[in-house]
Amino acid sequence: MIPEIGHFSLILALLVALTLGSFPIIGAARGNTVWMGLAKPLSALQFALIAFSFLCLAYAFAAKDYSVVYVANNSNSQLPLQFRIAAVWGGHEGSLLLWALILSVWTLAVSLFSKHIPDAMRARILGVMGLISVGFLLFMLMVSNPFDRLMPAALDGKDLNPLLQDPGMIFHPPMLYMGYVGFSVAFAFSIAALLGGQLDAAWARWSRPWTIMAWVFLTVGIMAGSNWAYYELGWGGWWFWDAVENASFMPWLVGTALIHSLAVTEKRGSFKAWTVLLAICAFSLSLLGTFLVRSGVLTSVHAFATDPRRGVFILAFLVVVIGGSLLLFAWRARTVGRGGKFDVVSRESFLLANNVLLAVAALSVLLGTLYPLFLDALNLGKISVGPPYFDAVFAPLMAPAVFLMGVGPIARWKDAALPELFVRLRWALAISAITAIVLPLLLGNLTPMIGLGLFLAFWVFASSAELVYQRLRKSEGGLLAGIAASSRSWWGMVIAHLGIAVFVLGVTVVKGFESEIAVKMHPGDVAHLAGYDFRFDGVESRNGPNYTANHGQIHVSKNGVLRTVLEPEKRLYTVTNMPMSEAGISPHLIHDLYASLGEPLDGGAWSVRIYHKPMVEWIWFGCLMMAFGGLLAMSDKRYRLNKQAKSAAAGQGQRA
Amino acid sequence: MKKALIPFALFIIMAGFLFKGLFLNPREVPSPLVGKPAPAFSLPRLDQPAKTFSPKDMLGQVWLFNVWASWCGACRDEHPLLVALAKTGLVSVVGMDYKDTAAEAEQWLTERGNPYLLSAVDADGRVGIDYGVYGVPETYVIDKAGVIAYKQIGPVTLESLRDDILPLVKRLQAQ
Repeated sequence: MIPEIGHFSLILALLVALTLGSFPIIGAARGNTVWMGLAKPLSALQFALIAFSFLCLAYAFAAKDYSVVYVANNSNSQLPLQFRIAAVWGGHEGSLLLWALILSVWTLAVSLFSKHIPDAMRARILGVMGLISVGFLLFMLMVSNPFDRLMPAALDGKDLNPLLQDPGMIFHPPMLYMGYVGFSVAFAFSIAALLGGQLDAAWARWSRPWTIMAWVFLTVGIMAGSNWAYYELGWGGWWFWDAVENASFMPWLVGTALIHSLAVTEKRGSFKAWTVLLAICAFSLSLLGTFLVRSGVLTSVHAFATDPRRGVFILAFLVVVIGGSLLLFAWRARTVGRGGKFDVVSRESFLLANNVLLAVAALSVLLGTLYPLFLDALNLGKISVGPPYFDAVFAPLMAPAVFLMGVGPIARWKDAALPELFVRLRWALAISAITAIVLPLLLGNLTPMIGLGLFLAFWVFASSAELVYQRLRKSEGGLLAGIAASSRSWWGMVIAHLGIAVFVLGVTVVKGFESEIAVKMHPGDVAHLAGYDFRFDGVESRNGPNYTANHGQIHVSKNGVLRTVLEPEKRLYTVTNMPMSEAGISPHLIHDLYASLGEPLDGGAWSVRIYHKPMVEWIWFGCLMMAFGGLLAMSDKRYRLNKQAKSAAAGQGQRA
Repeated sequence: MKKALIPFALFIIMAGFLFKGLFLNPREVPSPLVGKPAPAFSLPRLDQPAKTFSPKDMLGQVWLFNVWASWCGACRDEHPLLVALAKTGLVSVVGMDYKDTAAEAEQWLTERGNPYLLSAVDADGRVGIDYGVYGVPETYVIDKAGVIAYKQIGPVTLESLRDDILPLVKRLQAQ
């Protein structure tokens, strides 16, 4: 009965979404305030219905109701409760429901925190989000209903994919979806601006915190996914250029460009059409990502079971949403205006260059991801594009973008002078160039890539230090007053940029200095790597709720002193009969020691892989810094509701 | 207006490719062996190690050559289908037990049913190299003249049996 109620609730949600997607938008066009006023209560109602439906599905999982197909396919009576709940979004239908739920959360949030936005604009924004919701609810109800029944009921479920039975799995997808779906807000703002023909500094200020919020979620989501791959896949990699990873990375790149472009639109009134286009692209790429994962067009470790009807439906939806909004853009882009002029050397032009580089990078990832498909469709053969392509294309695009990160914040708006910039940055340039050469020589491995990576990382550190120093020197009344004198969004920018530097440093060092060995070890054998001795003490069997495991112990010592004990595990999930490895990792600021068990060999021996990964944790720490910078920028007082009216009147007088 | 249409035009081109992509199978890797004679070998039989099997023995009939192993997870998925197929008697299936031990392989067949006319034992994977085995399971359709007509990488599914393999077998049998 509960699943039917959930299903019914979803149907009601579709009707509400249809109303939300039509009346407020028509009302805005005709100036009918009653119709526009419907947007807010309908957003709340839609959220309540979808949330209720979600709870019904969660209940079916918690209560082990194997008469529901989706539950029977993704759960098992032996599965612990926290994973039974996470299994709600462990498969295709449930993750769509999560998508719809998160969309309704964002819609509700916009309806609650938009008192300052003109009625017509708000009605259009919520209406556009309602239309997106219609698409997803229709998709679910027509071809991916999570509440479909199984008659007769299964005795037990097929179990959740063991890869997903991990605490990281509980957070990774919701975070990622919060980011994906969050870009729907920026998208809706842009469509509303195109429809209404109004795009000014106030519009940019309203959409900025929403965009940054979505970007923060996406950053954390991608980071969590990368971290999960690192300890769950058991071979020490943290990024694979897998089609589905790319699908989350493309919106991130475009979203990053969008954040910067919005800054220019708010401060200088420029880049308006470009900002709108980026907002459309960021969300379009999120939708495309969904399509790639769901349709089975590309092979990937993430791909769910495929069904051509689903693919056709999502593609039709993509064409309507993306094609429609791009046509609207072509038709109405002129009405939003072009904005102020600026010099070739100015903060605007640096930000424009950064935008172009990020957009081209996103395009190149898109090309690499879809290239095998293009060739196949043209009957030119089947190939796969691997990390070599992405590494070769990506680094040359990102290097100048990171370099510009050091210059942009220091350059003046409108027009800046190159000689002056050089004078201000000469120390930063010298320090980073020297570090890039001396440090690798000291560590004994100087290659062009290591040199470039270190140069960029230290360039951002040093130029940010210069930037902060100049700011603090100008202010009066001590350090604290100096810190307080700059806005939170400015500090957010500095921290996010430093996060990039930390990330680049981590990537460079781990790529340049990591080492690994694969050895056959009998209990008591000792392997040596990076100055450490790894003693294998054999395995003991240790069983979990739904798996049997061989739990290994490796004592790690240096110069005879015990440093840590690594405990890699090899599990066999009994229902799906899938083997899984859990790496044994000793994380550390300077380096990770990482071991994973391979196959059992004769006589109690095991094949063991041991990795030494210097500074690998910095990669994720850098991502967290970026996300923190975003949060800080979002909390800037000029975005806060009670200040909004005043600052809107004050116009564009604020500092960057 | 014209310049502003460029993103739309690019998107429509991409959507066209995506649509085409829906009807392609990214897992279907063409094998250079399709259209060539099945590589010759002579391997001991699982049930009677004293006897050997060679593809020559099957000349004159259309048959399926299925590479399997008791350690292979995906083989469990396809096995019931092969058992059902064997019961219909539409086509004979010869197995090749790949990098496996005889005891485990025998037990596996006892537990799950034996759909094979016989299984050849490729204990060290030599023959697998000649056939370009990517991973287990793989299934080949071989015609009356001993030429490979089709190769399936990964488990046989109900769809691939119904839509590809069986129609092909019928056509070849009629020749």
